[in-house]
Amino acid sequence: MALSGMRGLSVFISDIRNCQNKELERLRVDKELGHIRTRFKNEKGLTPYEKKKYVWKMLYIYMLGYDVDFGHMEAVSLISAPKYPEKQVGYIVTSSLLNENHDFLRLAINTVRNDIIGRNETFQCLALTLVGNIGGRDFAESLAPDVQKLLLSSSCRPLVRKKAALCLLRLFRKNPDVVNVDGWSDRMAQLLDERDIGVLTSSMSLFVALVARDYDSYWSCLPKCVKVLERLARNQDIPQEYTYYGIPSPWLQVKTMRALQYFPTVEDPNTRRSLFEVLQRVLMGTDVVKNVNKNNASHAVLFEALALVMHLDAEKEMMSQCVALLGKFIAVREPNIRYLGLENMTRMLMVTDVQEIIKRHQAQIITSLKDPDISIRRRALDLLYGMCDVSNAKDIVEELLQYLATADFAMREELSLKAAILAEKFAPDLSWYVDVILQLIDKAGDFVSDDIWFRVVQFVTNNEDLQPYAALKAREYLDKPAIHETMVKVSAYLLGEYSHLLARRPGCSPKEIFAIIHEKLPTVSTPTVPILLSTYAKILMHSQPPDPELQTQIWAVFSKYESCIDVEIQQRAAEYFALSRKGAALVDILAEMPKFPERKSSLIKKAEDTEADTAEQSAIKLRTQQQMSNALTVTDQPPANGIPSEPQLGPVKVPSMSNESLNTKDQVLTQSNGSATNLQTSTPSPDLLADLLSPLAIEGPPVASLESEQNAVTGSEDTATAVDALALATVGDQANTVQPIGNVAEKFYALCLKDSGILYEDPYVQIGIKAEWRSHQGRLVLFLGNKNTAPLVSVQALMLAPSHLKLELSEVPQIIPPRAQVQCPLEVVNLRPSRDLAVLEFSYKFGTDLVNVKLRVPAVLNKFLQPIPVSPEEFFPQWRSLSGPPLKLQEVVRGVRPMPLMEMASLLNSYHLMVCPGLDPNTNNLVASTTFFSESTRAMLCLVRIETDPADRTQLRMTVASGDPVLTYELKEFIKEQLISIPSASLPPQPITQQAPPSSSPISQSDPGAMLAALL
Amino acid sequence: MIHFVLLISRQGKVRLTKWYSPYAQKERTKVVRELSGMILSRGPKLCNFVEWRGFKVVYKRYASLYFCMCVNEDDNELEILEIIHHFVEILDRYFGSVCELDLIFNFHKAYYILDEILIAGELQESSKKAVARLIAAQDSLVEAAKEQANSVSYMISQATK
Repeated sequence: MALSGMRGLSVFISDIRNCQNKELERLRVDKELGHIRTRFKNEKGLTPYEKKKYVWKMLYIYMLGYDVDFGHMEAVSLISAPKYPEKQVGYIVTSSLLNENHDFLRLAINTVRNDIIGRNETFQCLALTLVGNIGGRDFAESLAPDVQKLLLSSSCRPLVRKKAALCLLRLFRKNPDVVNVDGWSDRMAQLLDERDIGVLTSSMSLFVALVARDYDSYWSCLPKCVKVLERLARNQDIPQEYTYYGIPSPWLQVKTMRALQYFPTVEDPNTRRSLFEVLQRVLMGTDVVKNVNKNNASHAVLFEALALVMHLDAEKEMMSQCVALLGKFIAVREPNIRYLGLENMTRMLMVTDVQEIIKRHQAQIITSLKDPDISIRRRALDLLYGMCDVSNAKDIVEELLQYLATADFAMREELSLKAAILAEKFAPDLSWYVDVILQLIDKAGDFVSDDIWFRVVQFVTNNEDLQPYAALKAREYLDKPAIHETMVKVSAYLLGEYSHLLARRPGCSPKEIFAIIHEKLPTVSTPTVPILLSTYAKILMHSQPPDPELQTQIWAVFSKYESCIDVEIQQRAAEYFALSRKGAALVDILAEMPKFPERKSSLIKKAEDTEADTAEQSAIKLRTQQQMSNALTVTDQPPANGIPSEPQLGPVKVPSMSNESLNTKDQVLTQSNGSATNLQTSTPSPDLLADLLSPLAIEGPPVASLESEQNAVTGSEDTATAVDALALATVGDQANTVQPIGNVAEKFYALCLKDSGILYEDPYVQIGIKAEWRSHQGRLVLFLGNKNTAPLVSVQALMLAPSHLKLELSEVPQIIPPRAQVQCPLEVVNLRPSRDLAVLEFSYKFGTDLVNVKLRVPAVLNKFLQPIPVSPEEFFPQWRSLSGPPLKLQEVVRGVRPMPLMEMASLLNSYHLMVCPGLDPNTNNLVASTTFFSESTRAMLCLVRIETDPADRTQLRMTVASGDPVLTYELKEFIKEQLISIPSASLPPQPITQQAPPSSSPISQSDPGAMLAALL
Repeated sequence: MIHFVLLISRQGKVRLTKWYSPYAQKERTKVVRELSGMILSRGPKLCNFVEWRGFKVVYKRYASLYFCMCVNEDDNELEILEIIHHFVEILDRYFGSVCELDLIFNFHKAYYILDEILIAGELQESSKKAVARLIAAQDSLVEAAKEQANSVSYMISQATK
């Protein structure tokens, strides 16, 4: 087994193979590494051959899993060797040993570039391969234009061009901001005409990456893709060597179909027809054959075709054909096909409404849950989870519970989480939900996260009817021998709160309850003890008249734990002991927990936490997002005309100096009506027993995209009907009867700058807002106050959310009692930078008056900014590294409202853009910095520079930079809006448009958007 | 895209690794350990896909060797499975019915061949003939350089330097 002349390497490999055990192997490796190290140290004596041999040995050792922390330099230096054999080794070993983050790679950039632009074809290939495999930012910066040239060059041979295509793909994928692909649509179209299948395959991969980011620029390439598919499908002039088991390059077919999935539709009817012919041929013509590889290849194409059909949402016949095929696949014996059938059925659930057809296969899918293959079981679980709804929840959840007992450990956590979520989402009745969760804890306590039991406690607390049932169940579980600790926690909690509801049942007297819980105390861990102590305190409170014997027992426990080493336990014991001596006052202090504010389940969010870092955002995910945004645009359309963020209407101008006057005005208003004076102070005061709550304080972003998708869809329908209803209502009625007090627009602007105040007020109702913002999340509370002595009925509040905000408004009661105020929490999550606004549609009926108002919600861009000071050392490198569009944008703004520089600085500061004096030597300029928070950008530093002209204060030059192109643009526009012609406080309040002359009402009626504008 | 390629023997020995996504040395070792634990223990009649850390690993066993490729969750699994087979067929042609020993002692050849099939974790060439031609050309370049180095005139010129 001689190895092209490298005897030393063969000998070394043999030695390693002959090592009896790992220890001997390590010794041999260490010896070799020592040898190589000394040889490298006096490099002068090394021949190129020896150098080659040693770096191969290093790679081999590295591959075996040993650390090789030297010699990288030698490998890299071989790259610049003049002869092919050394150079080749240098390139291959370097690209295998190092990754893009190694500094050593910088040393090679010049050599690599010389090889790429040089004339030697073989050197070009080596260099392109290295850059394509491990190229990082430095490479992208210095090499991208050269690589682009090679790809397009007519004088290069295909072998160079196909490598150039993939090399460019890598550079673009990693650093899309560095690689300039402006105007590439023509070039790409040209590349897709390529005759050489190797070059075409590589170019198609590049194309997929390009359209994944921006399909809109590449519409002209779409027909070309369809041509490629036709050419392949009809097997026209494909060289024999490019067919694989008789199938014309299945890889190219798959890639082409993948690229097409990034386009939202195929509009041109001819192209569409051709494409569907091809797809039809694939769907119909794929048979199961004996040869495994042929089968795999043809099914690879088939599954991609299925995905494309699902995406293009073809005529119904084709879709049902797909479902039929998948139904067949999930029942076959071949495990790969079964796996893929399940996987694609789950995907199908995401994109189209085929739930009913898929439900027919429920039995088969449940069988797959018991498949010997964990990969298949996982798919089945996912699919069951996705297809579950009210009609089949009971069956599916019970199936999951049954499976839980035998499931692999690796799956149990996911399984129990999913079962819990489904039980919560689709529970036909709440007692069933409690049953399921308790069973879950009983069967798989180790895998039930705290969130799950917190959630069931929340449910029970908020549903009085459920409390006796839950307490009874908890009591039953306590009778079981050896129950899981989580079960102890949840039972103890429930019994502490609600065992008095059972008092008349046998075995449920306070004493007995205490005894059975206390039995568990010695077996539980430290975090559970405080819960038990709270339970004891509660039991004590509920045993009225006090039972002296029970009291002594419990006091004994408290006094024992008063000296516990754990602070939490110690404090509780001491405090409960003291409290329980207060006699009757105890009842007030230890009263039942109040209802929890309705929150979205934190479980669902948790279920989706596993997001992988992928190269391109998958077509499927993009599609779901598109669908979401489509759903939203449908609803947005009517209000869009009216939403003041639209530039043509342009009244998003905030009176900067009028804050104070507004403030006082608000205060006056608040004081003028007694019912709402507590508005600003109505945060729930910290409870004496807040620590009882502490294990239940479920925090964290309570939204989940699954949920919100559904919300978005239902939301759209709701709004649509709401808008209709509005259009039907006679405008005259609304316009003349109820008028807002004060200027609604001004109130909104004021709230853009502060976090609490009044959003809207009229003779009947007052809506206040109090907000807390933390990074990309916000928690608003709407205070709906009825100012009258009669109830407000048919109260409705609807949020029209722009696509960049996730909004969760908790339920608003239909009726607000006289002189009462209700609080409605509103959770906001900022997904990405945008200036669009959310609108609250609020309506109610008072007597015969139907009032309907649309209010802009002050969840504006600057709420997600946090001022941050930057020093010159931090600022300048950042500023320079963000070079040019789209990350750094500059604009000359004209028509600026003239104001002194100081005023502009304080204006910026009030929007959380922190002005940093001294950074710019020119005193006429302002430099400001801030951090923007959103889910997509995370925390992102934004830098702003404004250069003013002392001679002409109506114009200035503004430069905005951040690490995200959208953010830069949105922030720039936002600041511009604030600077241009800000209405000063002295401006007359904008006419309240509800006074619009009745003659305009027919127009408004026909155009809900215009009406909305009028209402605002 | 393919994030990495892994060849492991049935005993868990690594025969080839190629990383197209940046993994530090420590992570690489960890990944190999985790995956060999998962894949080597799978029975013969199961599917060729394993879900792992939000990715998918497509693998296939050829005699004593497992060929594994890690891809994104929504990549086309069967396509990857046939890339593996494509790679194996090319190795087979090059070595003439390839066996594990060939790959152990000529692991560098396997790297050369892989580089002609994949770049940046994407398929570069789907023609076996084209790959074979390129590898042959590389081999002859190396041979030519060796012959030149061994030629008498070259030795004389080196000696007189």
